[in-house]
Amino acid sequence: MIAIRDVSKAYAGPRERSVLTAISLELARGEYVAIMGESGVGKSTLLNLVAGLDRPDAGAIVVDGVEVTALDDDALTALRRARMGFVFQAFHVLPYLSVAQNVALPLALLGVAAGEAQTRVGAMLDAVGLADRAASMPRELSGGELQRVAIARALVHRPAVVLADEPTGNLDPESAAQILALLAATIRAHGATGILVTHSHAAAATADRILTLTRSGLREETRR
Amino acid sequence: MSAARITPWGAVTGGALRANGGRLVLSVAAIALGVALGYAVQLINQAAVNELSAGLATVAGDADLEVRGPRAGFDESLFPAVAARPEVALASPVVEVDAKLAGDRGELALLGIDVFRAGPIQPGLVGEGEDGLDVLRPDAIFLSVAAADALGVKRGDRVGVLAGLEPVELRVAGLLSARTPGRLGVMDIAAVQDRFGRVGRITRIDLRLRPGTDVAAFRAALQAELPPGLVVARPEASLRAATSLSRAYRVNLNVLALVALFTGGLLVFSTQALAVVRRRTQLALLRVLGVKRRALAVTLVGEGAAIGAAGAALGLVAGYALAAAAVSIFGSDLGAGYFRGVTPRLGVEPGSAAAFFLLGVAAAVLGSLAPALEAARAQPGPALKAGDEQRALARLATPWPGLALWAAGLAASFLPPVRGLPLFGYAAIACLLVGTIVLMPRVAHAALSAAPRPRAVPGALALDQLRGAPGQASVSLAAIVAAVSLMVSMAIMVASFRQSVDDWLDRVLPADLYVRASMTTDTAFLSPADLERLAAIPGVRRSEPLRAQRILLAADRAGVALLAKPVDPADPARQLPLVGAFVVPKPGDPPPAWVTEPMVDLYGYRIGERIELPIAGRMAPFVVAGVWRDYARQQGAVMIQREVFVALTGDANANAVALWLDPGASPDAVSRAVAAAVPGGGNLEIATPGEIRDISLSVFDRTFAVTYALEAAAVLIGLVGLSSSFSALVLARRREFGVLRHLGMTRRQIGAMLAVEGFAVSAVGLAVGLAIGWLISLVLIHVVNRQSFHWGMELHVPWAGLAALGAVLLALATLTALASGRQAMGADVVRAVKEDW
Ligand SMILES: Nc1ncnc2c1ncn2[C@@H]1O[C@H](COP(=O)(O)OP(=O)(O)OP(=O)(O)O)[C@@H](O)[C@H]1O
Ligand SMILES: [Mg+2]
Repeated sequence: MIAIRDVSKAYAGPRERSVLTAISLELARGEYVAIMGESGVGKSTLLNLVAGLDRPDAGAIVVDGVEVTALDDDALTALRRARMGFVFQAFHVLPYLSVAQNVALPLALLGVAAGEAQTRVGAMLDAVGLADRAASMPRELSGGELQRVAIARALVHRPAVVLADEPTGNLDPESAAQILALLAATIRAHGATGILVTHSHAAAATADRILTLTRSGLREETRR
Repeated sequence: MSAARITPWGAVTGGALRANGGRLVLSVAAIALGVALGYAVQLINQAAVNELSAGLATVAGDADLEVRGPRAGFDESLFPAVAARPEVALASPVVEVDAKLAGDRGELALLGIDVFRAGPIQPGLVGEGEDGLDVLRPDAIFLSVAAADALGVKRGDRVGVLAGLEPVELRVAGLLSARTPGRLGVMDIAAVQDRFGRVGRITRIDLRLRPGTDVAAFRAALQAELPPGLVVARPEASLRAATSLSRAYRVNLNVLALVALFTGGLLVFSTQALAVVRRRTQLALLRVLGVKRRALAVTLVGEGAAIGAAGAALGLVAGYALAAAAVSIFGSDLGAGYFRGVTPRLGVEPGSAAAFFLLGVAAAVLGSLAPALEAARAQPGPALKAGDEQRALARLATPWPGLALWAAGLAASFLPPVRGLPLFGYAAIACLLVGTIVLMPRVAHAALSAAPRPRAVPGALALDQLRGAPGQASVSLAAIVAAVSLMVSMAIMVASFRQSVDDWLDRVLPADLYVRASMTTDTAFLSPADLERLAAIPGVRRSEPLRAQRILLAADRAGVALLAKPVDPADPARQLPLVGAFVVPKPGDPPPAWVTEPMVDLYGYRIGERIELPIAGRMAPFVVAGVWRDYARQQGAVMIQREVFVALTGDANANAVALWLDPGASPDAVSRAVAAAVPGGGNLEIATPGEIRDISLSVFDRTFAVTYALEAAAVLIGLVGLSSSFSALVLARRREFGVLRHLGMTRRQIGAMLAVEGFAVSAVGLAVGLAIGWLISLVLIHVVNRQSFHWGMELHVPWAGLAALGAVLLALATLTALASGRQAMGADVVRAVKEDW
C-alpha cells in the first residue's frame, strides 16, 4: 500500500543538513504502524514526504500504486484529497466552521452530494462520540473533543491512508488513551493504512507494528 | 546588559516590528502624507494671507480709521469736512483704481495720494526718485518692486495705462521701498483724478486721531454722518473683507488635508488592529506571564504614538518641500485665482508645525487606541486558544455609538454656518463617515448572512470565513468605505458643480460675440460713442451693454458687484439665469433689482422685499424681483436696469457689450470690424461664447485641480490601507491554508477562496460607500458648498464614472486578495501548520 524506497532528504540552506538517508519501508493494506524516534530525527519530514507535501532528494514513494514523487502539485493535491487523511498535534480545526462543517469539508472538496455528506458526517460524529456537538463552534470544545473532530475529518471520506503526527501530544494521558483507541479503531474499521508518529510507548502500542527512526535508518522494534 | 533582560515593550513590539515592518512603514508613510498635505496647505494659505495683509498694512499705514466707499468713489468735498473735525490729527485722501495696462500687460493697483498728507501715515507709499518733484508730476508713477519686476521695467521706462480704451503714457519715476509688497503703482492724487476720469472723487480717507480720542465712539459718530454707501472702520476690517472671499476656500483645503490625515489614522487603525489580532496569543501569553493590563495597553498605544511621531516629523519636512514646490508651480492660491499678483514668501510657522505634528500623533494614537484597549481587556485564557480572534473585533459591534453619530450628523447638516464657515457641515460629514465605519461590523454581518452560500467549496469557505470573523472583515471594510465614500462624494459634488457651471454658461452666454474692455478694473471702459459705433457695425443685429461697479454694503465684507444692463422686468428669465420664481414690480413700485444667491445668504435679501442700495451717494430704493445664479462673483452681485443706473449715476459707459449677429454674419469678420471701429479697439477682448466657455471651464478645472490632488491622496491612503489590511489578514491565516492544503485543496482553490473573500468584502464596502458617498455629496452640495461659497447647484451623479470606479475597485480588491494569497502560500505552507503562532 505504501512503499518507501531509499528515500533521502536534506534541507538546503545556509547550514545544510541531511535528515533522512536511504530510508525504506513497506506497508501492506490495512496495516497500522507507529514510528518513534528522538526529536529532530525526521519523523514529521518522512510523513510530509509520504503525503507529497515535500519532495525527497532521492528515492521513490509509492502510495496506493501511485508514484508520489512523479506527480505534479495538482495531482498530489487530488491524491491527498481522495486517499489521505491527516491528524495533527495541534488539531487544526478551522475556527470559523462548525464541528459538522469541519468534518464535512473533505466530502465537499470531493463533490459528495449534500444529502449523502450529511449522513456520513452524522455517522462519523457518532463514531467519535460527538453527535450532540455537531452545531458547536470549535472554540466551545476541549482539546480532546477537538482532536476527535480532527479524527472524524481525517476518516470521513474513507481514505486509504491516514497519517497522524503526534495526535496526542497536546492532550492529558486520559484523553490521549481514549483518542488513540478511537484512532486505531476507526482506522481498522475503515480498513485504512495508518502511520502514527509518537514519542510515547503506550501510544505506539496501539499500532500493529512499531518502528524506530534513527540516524542510521528505520529499525523494527521487537514485539513484546 | 544581559540577554535575558526583556521589557514588555521589547517583547510586544520587537516581534511585531520584525514580522510587520512593511506595514509599519506604510502606516508611517500614511501619517506623513496626511501631515505633509495639511502643513503644506496651511503654509501656502498663511503665506498668501500674510502677503495680502502686509500689502494692506502698507496701504493703510498706521491709520486709526479709514473711510471707504464704492469703487466709483465719493465726492471729495467730504474730505475737508472730515479732516476738520477736532478729533482728527491727520487725514489723507486716496483714490484707488484697479488699472488695466495697455498691450495686454495685465492689471495694476493704482493709488493716487496726497504726498504731504500720506507721508506721515503711509510712508511705504512715498516713492523715491531722482527728482523730488516727481511725486507731484502728473506723468510720473512710482512702482513697487514686485510691479516693476512683473512688468520688466526700470526707472525712466514708460508704461501705458488704459483710460477708456486708450493708453495714458506714464513715466516710471522710481520705485517704492523694497519692503512695500504687492503689485502696486503710486501717483499724485490729482493726476489720477484727472487722467482716469475721477475728477472731484476719492475712494478712501485715512485718519489718524488725536491721542486720547475714544476711537469707537468717534467711529460711531462719524458713521452716522456719512452719506449712504460709505463706512468708517478700522483698517483690520479691510483685511477681513479682502480675505473673506478666499477664507472658505482655504478652510476647505485644510479640511481636505485633514481628511487625508484621517484616512492615515484609519490605516494605523487597521494595521494595529490586525497586528493585535495576529499577536493575540503572544499578548495573552505576556498577560499570563504577569504583564499588567495597563502596561500592555500603554505599550500598544505607545507603538501608535511612535508611528505618529515618526510620520508627523517626516510629514513636516515633506510638507514644507511640497508647499515650496506648489507655490512656485501654481502660485499661492493654488490656481483658484484668489490671490492674483501676490508673491508669497513661505515661513516655517512654528505654531502650525506644532499643531500638525500633534494632529499626526493624535491620528495615530486614536487609530491604535481601540485595538490596544481590546487587547488589554481580553481574558488571557480564552485568548490563547485558536479561534478566539473573532471575538477580538466583535466588541466593536455595538450599534449605539454608530447610530448616535449618525443622528448627530444628520442634525448637524441642518445647522447654519459659524462665522461664514460650514463647520457643522464638516462635522456632519465626519459624523456620518465615522458612524458608518463604526456600524460596519453589523452591516457586514447582515449583508454576509443574507448572501447565499455558494455551492463550490472555495466560495462557501470564503463566505464562512467572512461570516465567522466579521470583525476582521470590517477592518478592511472601514478602509474601503472611507475611501469609496470620500471618492464618490467628491466625484458627485464636482460633477454636479461642473455640470451646473456648464448649464449656467449656456444660459449666461446667449449672444454671438462678447466684447470686453475690462470687467475687473476701473480704468478701461467703452464710452457711449464707442457703443454706438459697435451697434452700427454691419452684421450686428442687436447689442447689449453691461456696466459693472462695486458698492460696499458692509465694512467687513468684500464689495458687491452692481451690474447694469437692459433687462425686461416682465421677462427677466430671458436675460438672467433665474433660480425659482420672479416678481414683476407693480406700477408705483421702485425699480426692480435681481440679486444673486450670495446676496440671499449674506444679506438676507428675499424676493419681493424692498431694499435700498447706496448708488452715487444716495440710498436708492429697489424691489428684489428675482434671484439669479452667478458662479462668477462669490461676493454677490445685484443686477439693475441700465436706464435706472444711468439715471442715478449719469454714467453711460460700459465695461462690456454682448453682440447678436445677423444670420450669416461671420463672427470673425465682425470681430475685426469691432477692433477697427473704435479708437483703441486693439485693447478690447473679443470672444465667442465657445471661447469664454472653454476658458471658464478650464478655470473651473484648475480651481479644482488641488482639490482633486488632495482627495486623490486621501483615497490613495484608503486603498493602501485596504490592501495592507487585506494582506495582513491573509498572512495571518497561513496556518489555515496549510491545513486546507493537507485536506486536498489546490492552490487555485485557495486562491479562488481569497478572491471571493476580496470580492465579497469590497462589494459590501462599495455598496455602503456609494450610499454614504451619495449622502455626503448632498451635504457637500447643499451645506458645505452653499455655506462656503453661496453657490447653488443641481445634483448630477456621474454614473459612468462611478461604475468605472466601482469596477476598478472590485478588481483591485480581488487582485490584492489573490496576490496576498500567493505571497502567503509561496512560503512553506506545509510548515505553517506547525507554527504555534
Ligand atoms: N524547513 C526546514 N528547514 C531546515 N531544517 C528543517 C526544516 N524542517 C525540519 N528541519 C530540520 O530537520 C530535522 C527533522 O525535522 P522533523 O520535523 O522531521 O523532526 P521530527 O522527527 O518530527 O521531530 P519532533 O519529534 O521534534 O517533531 C530537524 O532537525 C529540523 O530542525
Ligand atoms: Mg515532528
